[in-house]
Amino acid sequence: MLEVEGIHTFYGLSHILFDVSLKVDPKEVVCLLGRNGAGKTTTMKSIIGITPPKKGSIKFKGEEIVGIEPYLLTRKGIGYIPDDRRIFADLTVGENLEIAERKAKEGGGWNRERIYGLFPALKNIESRRGGCLSGGEQKMLAIARALTGNPEFILLDEPFEGLAPLLILALEDQIRKLREAGLTVLIAEQNVRSTLRISDRGYIIDNGQIRYHGSIEELRENEEVRKKYLLV
Amino acid sequence: MFGPAELISQLLVGISRSMILFIVCAGLSFVLGVLRVPNIAHGSLYMIGAFTTFSITKMFAGSAGFWIALIVAPLLVAVVSLVAERALFCHLYEREHLMLLLFTFAISLILGDLVKIVWGAEYKSVSAPALLKGSISLFGASFPRYNLFLILVGPLVAIAIWLFTNKTKIGKISRAAAVDREMVGVLGINVSWVFAIAFVIGCYLAGVGGALVAPTVSITLGMDHTLIIEAFLIVIIGGLGNMWGALVGSLIFGITHSFGVLFWPQFAIVFPYIAVVIVLLLRPKGLLKSVW
Repeated sequence: MLEVEGIHTFYGLSHILFDVSLKVDPKEVVCLLGRNGAGKTTTMKSIIGITPPKKGSIKFKGEEIVGIEPYLLTRKGIGYIPDDRRIFADLTVGENLEIAERKAKEGGGWNRERIYGLFPALKNIESRRGGCLSGGEQKMLAIARALTGNPEFILLDEPFEGLAPLLILALEDQIRKLREAGLTVLIAEQNVRSTLRISDRGYIIDNGQIRYHGSIEELRENEEVRKKYLLV
Repeated sequence: MFGPAELISQLLVGISRSMILFIVCAGLSFVLGVLRVPNIAHGSLYMIGAFTTFSITKMFAGSAGFWIALIVAPLLVAVVSLVAERALFCHLYEREHLMLLLFTFAISLILGDLVKIVWGAEYKSVSAPALLKGSISLFGASFPRYNLFLILVGPLVAIAIWLFTNKTKIGKISRAAAVDREMVGVLGINVSWVFAIAFVIGCYLAGVGGALVAPTVSITLGMDHTLIIEAFLIVIIGGLGNMWGALVGSLIFGITHSFGVLFWPQFAIVFPYIAVVIVLLLRPKGLLKSVW
């Protein structure tokens, strides 16, 4: 589904990502773990084209996508859920969803009812303005908004950040449902425990470089790697 | 001094002038809010609206010309703005504001000269359609019918803009793009076209203002610069990008001016600017919420 090969990304003159490579297969949930400032968000933004890499290649379903504008990548089936949510504060919950609506390539797809089925809490606050939502509600809305675009693959940046423990458990469950619905997911996170519970494979990134790659069992057992790069 | 009849009639004159300012300023403010472009050429489009209204009324006999012009002139302005947007503006959105100010100033000079080439330097005038000619008696004072017409049109335009920004999908997208254009792009929306549409709608309003003002003033070169300074002040005191702010700002500007005319005619032009200074001292960010 997604193949990132040796990308180098810069913010102005600062070199942020060094030779980052990773791969996500169809219907897989893969996590990218790392501390604050390790390069997780930059990796996500490189993939969706907000900060395109200067070197390296990114392929989505076999097609090279470096240099393609974000709106076209979304139309190709990539959904992006930013870590800071970026809900449109002046628009209501319903309007936030409405402007992101995009028909599914094949039938079915995520219509409003199906989204409210996954996030029932959103239905009750449909007419509330985005700026008046709690952090947890914004998080749900950000995911729901990406789903209304009917993506095949979603980039989920720090979904658990700042959420209360009960909400984290609920969100884990919702992400599992996304996978059951056939979505492919790349999650960037610091919350190792929750993320490992829902992922198939994981990468560890530190100082802009991929330091480790393995299955969830390997990551769970390898305490040394976790201590060194994640401080847990 | 002045009786209540004079005061009321002067107030209504002020409000009717405010309505034209509002229509033009709502367009300027919309472009500022969504595209973040301080468009000095907005005044030139208003002037083109007035001149095309003059030409169209000349083409048809009787009152029909004005009504046709009221529809067609703003559309012509919209076409001019669409060409300017696709050819020039769309390449410059990422530039800093100072560059955009210089650029749109340059455009206003070019458009000003084009107007001079097409229509010449003489004063032009348009007469109001028969239906709106003359005055009616209101509270014992006579009040021009055309001004009454303006007072009715202003709120209709306000409602139309409100419906557009709140009830249409493209309007909602514009509101989102005003705050976070990058995220709107990530949702799969081609922001470049959203900007083009928003720009054209804003400029269309400049054209509507130009058409409406035509029967009330002498149409001349230079009406663009007089207007654009007032328009920027109104948008700033109202709150950048806020349509209701443009309405409130226009009313303050128009009403203080018309009472200035009544009480101290030689200095009438000073009153709106004093009002602007007072508003900015009290609310430096504008009266209503800015989208910036």
